[in-house]
Amino acid sequence: MPAFPKAAHDAVNNPTLRGNLRHATHTIRDKRAAAVAELDDWAQLREAGKQIKDHTLRHLDRYLVQLEESVTAAGGTVHWAADADEANRIVADLVKATGETEVVKVKSMATQEIGLNEALEAEGIAAYETDLAELIVQLGKDRPSHILVPAIHRNRGEIRDIFAREMSEWGRAAPVGLTDNPADLADAARLHLRDKFLRAKVGVSGANFMVAETGTLVVVESEGNGRMCLTLPETLISVVGIEKVVPTWRDLEVFLQTLPRSSTAERMNPYTSMWTGTSEDDGPSDFHLVLLDNGRTDTLADEVGRQALRCIRCSACLNVCPVYERAGGHAYGSVYPGPIGAILSPQLRGTQSEVDASLPYASSLCGACYDVCPVAIDIPEVLVHLRERIAQGGPVTREGNKAVLKPAKGHAAERAAMRAARWAFGRPGALRAGQRLASRTRKLHPRTLPGPGKAWSATRDLPPVPAEPFRDWWQRTDGGKKSDGDKKTDGVRKTDGVTKDGK
Amino acid sequence: MRVALFLTCVNDTLYPDTGRAVVRLLSRLGVDVDFPAGQTCCGQAHYNTGYRHEAEPLALRYAEVFAGYDAIVTPSGSCGAMVRELYPRMGERARAEGRGDTLARSLAPVVPKTYELTEFLVDVLGVTDVGAYYPHKVTYHPTCHGLRGLGLGGRPYQLLQAVKGLDLVELPGAEECCGFGGTFAVKNSDVSAAMGSDKVRSAESTGAEVLCAADNSCLMHIGGTMSRLKVGMRPVHIAEILASTEKEPLL
Ligand code: SF4
Repeated sequence: MPAFPKAAHDAVNNPTLRGNLRHATHTIRDKRAAAVAELDDWAQLREAGKQIKDHTLRHLDRYLVQLEESVTAAGGTVHWAADADEANRIVADLVKATGETEVVKVKSMATQEIGLNEALEAEGIAAYETDLAELIVQLGKDRPSHILVPAIHRNRGEIRDIFAREMSEWGRAAPVGLTDNPADLADAARLHLRDKFLRAKVGVSGANFMVAETGTLVVVESEGNGRMCLTLPETLISVVGIEKVVPTWRDLEVFLQTLPRSSTAERMNPYTSMWTGTSEDDGPSDFHLVLLDNGRTDTLADEVGRQALRCIRCSACLNVCPVYERAGGHAYGSVYPGPIGAILSPQLRGTQSEVDASLPYASSLCGACYDVCPVAIDIPEVLVHLRERIAQGGPVTREGNKAVLKPAKGHAAERAAMRAARWAFGRPGALRAGQRLASRTRKLHPRTLPGPGKAWSATRDLPPVPAEPFRDWWQRTDGGKKSDGDKKTDGVRKTDGVTKDGK
Repeated sequence: MRVALFLTCVNDTLYPDTGRAVVRLLSRLGVDVDFPAGQTCCGQAHYNTGYRHEAEPLALRYAEVFAGYDAIVTPSGSCGAMVRELYPRMGERARAEGRGDTLARSLAPVVPKTYELTEFLVDVLGVTDVGAYYPHKVTYHPTCHGLRGLGLGGRPYQLLQAVKGLDLVELPGAEECCGFGGTFAVKNSDVSAAMGSDKVRSAESTGAEVLCAADNSCLMHIGGTMSRLKVGMRPVHIAEILASTEKEPLL
């Protein structure tokens, strides 16, 4: 996966993709704003969500043990997975033990994070996605590009083509003459999926929440496909990140209000499914919970960065992010795209790879993500914190061990420039000499820049350097008290406008 | 009241007219401003790019240079937000790293006394009509750090609405970032340029002659894009509009 700027380059220059993303994100962001404005206690709900999550994270060890006890008491089995490989192995072994070679899946970020479908495929097990958008992505041999709407980068016409071309490969074919009408597309998906639900013996899910006091798992969704995956199969395997636990049922009250409004702008999501272990006469008779760490305890060890674990995956931050809107989800090279991806992925995976080292810079720090986040994650703060780690190095925890990171490669020139700038800014005299030199040579200044500055002047014109910096004017005129003479500073800009000024 | 002008390094070097406008405007309102010559840069670019340790001495310099003033006024929303939002955080981080209280203690007195220009006018001086004259069609871009960092809210609009002759038109998608973001404009120049051109296109759709903002860094990015796209609009800092009068109009 290339670094973010390179990956974003293609997306920015793809007008269809930009159009799809712009349309989708603007629609949902406006709806979200309206849904949130309906509640006059939004600020309190947001604060409560933040507090519940912070409290749980602070005592995560205790609540996870309580959860394990509750799940076990309710007839389930708990497995602990330190990383992706271990989680995949546990799931594959559980499926194999049933003798099945097919599983149905409800959309789950955790299984995407660990690459479960690919791992199962390597073991001869086919995993069928049943969420409509996930189905589009899977049939299109594509990658998800959004947390909530994985096929956000596709328009209706593209979806029709994918269905018509691919469905027959995997089961029931699309109806002849399928149109790009949303109702027809949904119908085709329903028929195709119904087949799979009725056949499947094993279901795989994630969960939005796990309640420690009762061992209950919760999935919120819009389509009802999740409900089918959770109730029809005989064996249910849920793979869930350890940060998804909440202490009590009461805590759900907050999130069941903030999550749907933030994500789909609904007052309440259409389906909220909850399951606790197994029961005699309904649902799966065998239930397994795989608790996934995969970098989470390391993230928890970081004082500033740990707030990323509060995330409830509502995707509101993606929908308001101007960078996501232009670059698209694929550019982030991670299952978690957008602002949350830019802080979560480099923490879960470490900052060693080129793409992970580029992600904290994939933001203009405009702060829109922080504003909408229902659990008040200060994403800009964490971005800057991670930039610091990349640019200057610093203490980290990897696989439970403390280490001190060296500054990432490729930042040497920047570091030197920052030091030089600090040196000059530490000495007003040096700054002034530099300004004067720039003013005196202003006629010679090129309109395009060399080196890293080239990226600026490729699309924007530089402002002309004024004849005199402010501090010289201040001194010459005693703060404007003495006559100015006729010395103009940069009068050109004002009279002619920037448009005619470019050479 | 002893008032200091914190002009910021970008304004000082590239946009001295903004500084002169602030001086003219404030003295017209009866405020005598001082320009402490020891000032340089707030350290925002360093901090935001990941060089917090390089930003610390600059924050300390700020604290020394501006100690003893009753108010520090800056015509830059983002540098204002750097001081008010991030200086306290830098102090806390230094303490958490076991480097003691020095930074936090030095910064504490200057942080709450730092005001962005429109805040100073509306909140401290209590004026919204500054007696300006500017007969042009203008649209206002609320920059991110002014909008979300400092919460400038309606202040700039109130000030602009009171300007004689000025026709203020709404900017569609006003709250969206223009794509400058300091070093972001260079590190992710494709995305930054796409954001910039979208901003310029929506400004153009208003039919305004002037796009105004309270931050010259964003104006540099937007203006540079306007120039390149050959859009017949010009970027002007709000201070220059507010300083313009019938007797001494800004052209
Ligand atoms: S970071 Fe906040 S806004 Fe973004 S997905 Fe997570 S909870 Fe939602």
